Amino acid sequence: MIPEDIQRKLDRILPTVQKPGRYTGGEYNQVVKDWSKTPTRVALAFPDIYDIGMSNLGLAILYDIINQQTDVLAERVFAPWLDMEDALRRESVPLHSLETKHPLRDFDILGFSLPYEVLYTNVLTMLDLAGIPFLTSDRNEKDPLLIAGGHATYNPEPMAEIFDAFVIGEGEEVILEIIQCLETWKRCGGGRKDLYKSLAGIWGVYVPSLYQTSYQDDGRLSHIERLADDAQIPVIKRIVPKLPPPPRSLIVPFVDITHNRFPIEIMRGCTRGCRFCQAGMITRPVRERTIEEIIEAITEGVANTGFEEVGLLSLSSSDFSSILDLVREVSERFKDHHLNISLPSLRIESLSIDLMDLLREKSQRRGFTLAPEAATERMRELINKPVSTEQLLNTAHEIYTRGWHTIKLYFMIGHPTETLDDVQAIADLCKAVLAKGRSIIGKRARVHVSIGTFVPKPHTPFQWTACDRVEHIEEKQRLLKRQLRAPGLKLNWNDPKETMLEAWLSRGDRRLGHVILEAWKRGAKFDAWQEHFNYQVWMDAFDYVGLDPHFYTHRERSIEETLPWDHIDAAVKKQFLVEDYIWSTEGRTRRDCRDHCYACGILPGFSDLRRLYPGKTWECPEPQSPDRKKAETIPQVQV
Amino acid sequence: MAPRKIHRYRIHFSKSEAIRFTSHLDLYRTWERTLRRAGVPLVYSQGFNPRPKMNQGPALPLGYTSECEVLDIWLKEEQIPGNILDNVNHVAPEGMRIQSVQEVDPRVPSLQSQVVAIDYEVTLHKPPLPDDLQRSVQALLNSKKLPRQRRGKDYDLRPLIESLEISHQDKGRVTLRMILSAREGATGRPEEVIASLGLDPTYARIHRTRLILEAE
Repeated sequence: MIPEDIQRKLDRILPTVQKPGRYTGGEYNQVVKDWSKTPTRVALAFPDIYDIGMSNLGLAILYDIINQQTDVLAERVFAPWLDMEDALRRESVPLHSLETKHPLRDFDILGFSLPYEVLYTNVLTMLDLAGIPFLTSDRNEKDPLLIAGGHATYNPEPMAEIFDAFVIGEGEEVILEIIQCLETWKRCGGGRKDLYKSLAGIWGVYVPSLYQTSYQDDGRLSHIERLADDAQIPVIKRIVPKLPPPPRSLIVPFVDITHNRFPIEIMRGCTRGCRFCQAGMITRPVRERTIEEIIEAITEGVANTGFEEVGLLSLSSSDFSSILDLVREVSERFKDHHLNISLPSLRIESLSIDLMDLLREKSQRRGFTLAPEAATERMRELINKPVSTEQLLNTAHEIYTRGWHTIKLYFMIGHPTETLDDVQAIADLCKAVLAKGRSIIGKRARVHVSIGTFVPKPHTPFQWTACDRVEHIEEKQRLLKRQLRAPGLKLNWNDPKETMLEAWLSRGDRRLGHVILEAWKRGAKFDAWQEHFNYQVWMDAFDYVGLDPHFYTHRERSIEETLPWDHIDAAVKKQFLVEDYIWSTEGRTRRDCRDHCYACGILPGFSDLRRLYPGKTWECPEPQSPDRKKAETIPQVQV
Repeated sequence: MAPRKIHRYRIHFSKSEAIRFTSHLDLYRTWERTLRRAGVPLVYSQGFNPRPKMNQGPALPLGYTSECEVLDIWLKEEQIPGNILDNVNHVAPEGMRIQSVQEVDPRVPSLQSQVVAIDYEVTLHKPPLPDDLQRSVQALLNSKKLPRQRRGKDYDLRPLIESLEISHQDKGRVTLRMILSAREGATGRPEEVIASLGLDPTYARIHRTRLILEAE
């Protein structure tokens, strides 16, 4: 179907769907290049609705980078909401890009962003609507190259038969190398296999069809072998040694979206090492941008977009070395511009009184979100987030004293060895924070409690542990619901069955792909949306495929076991993860690695890059400096 | 200190294509950002969540295009209307075009309260035979009452139709022109008129051409 026909049909469809502004394109700063004069065309896809996909900074960065190239264009596509999906099917309109309404099939590359796992079925819906075969083995030279990147790809195996290639790690540079590789292949001709082989030679690219997995009789993975010499084992994650200049422009949406602001990543990585946190492990090393660079990007970005809010983003923004100077500088620079500063992800230890005072003046905060995660010393040491109750209560005191009414607290249940006493302590702590608030501002004090459930993620020290069982999670949630039912308290939690889905998809092997396909066929879609998640469909799919869901989630894995993601190297050494896992059982913690290098493996892994980019570019010590030499030696652990 | 004089400007603009699916509410945000990009010195409200002082004319339903939209803005400093026009058009999103800007007396009542009727042009993409259409238009105009239901509420559409005519007709393309009441609590919607003619509103493109103000 040609774009004009698609547009004509859209004219009739759009007035009949909710929030049609999601599907029009045409927003300010979108990039429309001349299709016929641009030889290489990339569609950047996000497998959830516009509102969520447009809030994804990774997608915006790639859009910006690709469109800066001559001879390459990037356009966007998001998952249509259910009413729009129905309409597209009814009117036989293929899924198409927002910018020029070209069907996805007409692009050379279709690149999906996969920041988390529960989006997988939406990928299938989008391929189906685009008329693109699901399996890499069913696609031919006429189909777009199907690639994916994002944190979920650190275990690519569940989607290994669907995607042609995965980017492991940071996409800013590798995307251009992939494009170049495709252009060369198009020029020289050759089969799809030839393209795969040359892609496999790029640092950070994993081409799953060049590998084969074998299993033992009990279902555990026995080994992963290469089918081609070009395939690397392990596939080492890609990093950019220095954060490239941030986007200076951004598409300004017409409709409201989840994060409707100008985002700037002030820092990548986190030096804290919480043991449950995958992001903290896989985004190392920590790299900060300079204040000058940030101010410059905001200045241009705000002028180019008109956004009234700027988001200073990172995994832990209050840990940014000169966070006070940064916030002061931004607020000073834009004091006459009604620019609100949003600073999410604050860490209790580094949320200083000075920072609070600054934010009180400069941002329209309704309160603070703090993530103690656990409430007993034992659990805090186990997860390596040793924030004391006293510290939290002091912080709460300072927050309420400054006139804020609401504190949001994030906790996580289901950690290894957790007991009901540990959960009771969460309830007690929430009540203590509320009591603190009441003593300062009376009945206006609020505590909003969010209870997440732990999923042992690949590439973390907890990757070997089992998931808590649904009935245990339910029991813990019942306790919290019973205890935290009081005026001033609000409690949120996740359905444990949704947690199981996240766990299967995070921890699955290649065979799990068949379950995903089967669940999709049985109607699974928008699994991340509570009202659409259907547990039974997934259980039926497991049953049909002949796999046991508990095999993936409730089995503690031995350290010797070959894990489905072992051929993916996040550059944090397995030895380090093992040691940290053992430390967790001994109650030993690791403090901020800015102060002391624990030799996680990043430095020896990327020592050449570190030498090329010395000094403050990384928060890691410099390998050549003799007084830090000690840091380089990796402690040996007996396994 | 005496309060600084603020200035009110009225922006006449058109809304077409992509932006026709941006709702009245979302358009406020689009305007705020557009004016910020243009460096127009908006007056902001005080308080916890400062908002720029702006006021739009009667809401344009989702999907309609228009050549007669109006926005009033309040500015901290006096501006040359022509400069506002140029600066804003330079950074306006596709589908939003400023036609003119004029300074208005800050005491003038809101536009919304002055509008009594709105002129629409409706293009039919699947028109009926000319004679059939003529007959149903006539029958509609001759009727005393047009009982209809909208969002579960019964109402009479007939008194809301001030005029209705076939304004253009040739092969495959027919245009209706209708003036519908736009008073508070008495607003006629063009797709209701189209449905009353026995036509499918999803094949109609509705375009607002003129706001009719109360005679002063």
